[in-house]
Amino acid sequence: MIKITNGRLIDPINDLDTVTDVYIANSKIVGIGKPPKGFQATAEIEASHKIVCPGFIDLSTHLREPGFTQKATIASETMAAASAGITTLVCPPTTKPVIDSTAVAELIQDRAKASAKARVLPVGALTVGLKGEQLAPMAALTHSGCIAFSNARVTIENSQTLLRCLEYAATHDFLVIFNPQDNSLVANGVIHEGITSSDMGLIGIPESAETIEVARCLILIEQSGVRAHFGQLSCKRSIDMISEARHKGLNVSADVAIHHLFFTDQNATGFNSIFHLQPPLRSDLDRKGLLNALKKGDIQAVCSDHQPHEDAAKHAPFAATEPGVSGLETLLPLGLQLVEQGFISLSVLIAKLTCDPAAILKIEAGSLAVGATADVTIFDPNKAWLVSESSLLSAGKNSIFIGSELKGKVSHTLLGGEVVFESP
Amino acid sequence: MIQSIDHNSSQLNNNGQLKHFLTTQDLPLNILNEILDTANSFLDMSSQQVKKVPLLRGKTVVNLFFEPSTRTSSTFELAAKRLSADILNLNISSSSTSKGESLKDTLMTLEAMHADMFVVRHPDSGAAHFIANHVTPNIAVINAGDGCHAHPTQAMLDMLTIKRCKGKFEGLIVAIVGDILHSRVARSQIHALNCLGVAEIRVIAPKTLLPKNIEAMGVKIFTNFEQGIKNCDVVGMLRLQKERMNSALLPSESEFFKLYGLNSEKLKLAKPDAIVMHPGPINRGVEIESAVADGPQSTILQQVTNGIAVRMAVMSMAITGQLNHSISKR
Repeated sequence: MIKITNGRLIDPINDLDTVTDVYIANSKIVGIGKPPKGFQATAEIEASHKIVCPGFIDLSTHLREPGFTQKATIASETMAAASAGITTLVCPPTTKPVIDSTAVAELIQDRAKASAKARVLPVGALTVGLKGEQLAPMAALTHSGCIAFSNARVTIENSQTLLRCLEYAATHDFLVIFNPQDNSLVANGVIHEGITSSDMGLIGIPESAETIEVARCLILIEQSGVRAHFGQLSCKRSIDMISEARHKGLNVSADVAIHHLFFTDQNATGFNSIFHLQPPLRSDLDRKGLLNALKKGDIQAVCSDHQPHEDAAKHAPFAATEPGVSGLETLLPLGLQLVEQGFISLSVLIAKLTCDPAAILKIEAGSLAVGATADVTIFDPNKAWLVSESSLLSAGKNSIFIGSELKGKVSHTLLGGEVVFESP
Repeated sequence: MIQSIDHNSSQLNNNGQLKHFLTTQDLPLNILNEILDTANSFLDMSSQQVKKVPLLRGKTVVNLFFEPSTRTSSTFELAAKRLSADILNLNISSSSTSKGESLKDTLMTLEAMHADMFVVRHPDSGAAHFIANHVTPNIAVINAGDGCHAHPTQAMLDMLTIKRCKGKFEGLIVAIVGDILHSRVARSQIHALNCLGVAEIRVIAPKTLLPKNIEAMGVKIFTNFEQGIKNCDVVGMLRLQKERMNSALLPSESEFFKLYGLNSEKLKLAKPDAIVMHPGPINRGVEIESAVADGPQSTILQQVTNGIAVRMAVMSMAITGQLNHSISKR
């Protein structure tokens, strides 16, 4: 039985923002403000001047296992997630082999359970081998714990096949996640097509590579009636289209990777491969458009889109490097910067990291109501820390912020009432 | 927000001298002028009986070519020899090296041989920057062409050609014609011309061969050749790679030549004393008619001669810059 004392409890789904005590027993929240009868605290966590909130839910974390364990492992990344206050994470199907069989889905969860640092929800492949031809066994995968289905960044070129996938998912009310991109327009592109790509002589990825696919998917979502989510969007125009569709009644939501709210294609000037991302960082107009959409509520969640890499993957001329940043441990500090800059309130930030992604996934998480599972994050929003290769727990040291000081540090993470991280 | 990397931090030393030559972008005017003046003095020398100077005596230059080249690599070799350097030519087909780490490994191997300078050509944009950022200090890196990004010595030999033919840059109208999209030469020319203060830079190409937002680099876009070449002082033709023909970029060689090729008829629209440049090798009948390529307004062969002088200039400047850099560090 754990008592968390004097923390500022922010629980957006229950409309709570108050300094109070939280009581935990048998992996559940058993009391807010006052203990239930017979509560005997066996441990006490002092949380004065700290925020106590539901554990974060990250909608895109690449764990790299199985298949890419030279980059990271489920054990290393779930540990990093716990240290970042993330208690539930969604992993895309792009492992090797891809998550298109129950064996892979179960292997991932078994290893996650063995490390017991965070809940891992795999996303199943929408088609076998992500090849865009044959429907993956979605019902079986769901039975094995897959939370949703996605073809990741691999375009399903045949629109009829895509429609069939969506209709089948709709039949069983499975969620489909889109990372929209038209591969023929991406081609060999490595950076947003614009003045920076022209200047650097790098092959550009036009905005239309994303927006055309968003438009096609929206039409097929409407036709099939599937529950759909767009992940890690990069263009303002994509959000505009999705918001318009949602206002017309379509069941769609969207998230953005947090670094897309801070950086643009210009940051890659000088061939800094840390800014090689997919989707690419786009123009400042896009960045501001995404920020504005977040503010207006047109983006329902922010995620880390965590992609750990080994050193060698980033150590080459720009186009020869692999895309993606290590982002788990900077998710909260960056979110707090959005709060500090006045784009969103602290409570909205926490909602975007907890109850809102939970609603997208339709999972019971992101709440600290009495009776809820005790996934709890406690953090000090003002504590500064230096991002360095040694301070990051992720095996991927490819953070944009190596050498920078960021504010906001998790002190405790509880998973089902157990302390899985405590800051030293 | 993180600050973008300043190009000059990687190519100038603390005293503002050249220590690598990676791009013409953001270089101060005095450096460009120093390159032109130094090259000019070497040009005078190359017409003398004894063509060698001892500026790089005892230094080892490695020509590191990950992409085939004859004229660039041979003029670099000649330039190094005229500066009395020892030179090692390495042609590494990029298909045989897997990406990334092996480039670093190659570098480390060469560093162990105590090279003083790398002259690098590589198919990836940014490769020269990558190498400059990863070699041990005191090794100068000269970019001999990286992907579609930069080819600064080519651009500077073109500047030298313009300067020797026209005497100045002020007031000149310069047109760059052809495959701008894939051209590292065009990008380096545009940066140099802007810095040297020409009146107008025009790029002439169909939309499929124009980089997005190229106007932001300080050029005027023309998709019509006849309009673009009007009153030009300098016409810089670009090489059209044959493999571009088999893509969706252009319908055919003959249509390209008809619309964007330079012939005597079209050249009449430029100023009467206009010069015609081409980085070579030329595709006769694709970008340029033989009569023009071999005609009196063509500077194609002068460019080759100027290339040696410019390469001597940047090599000697970079070696000096490295030396002074390490002295000031101590």
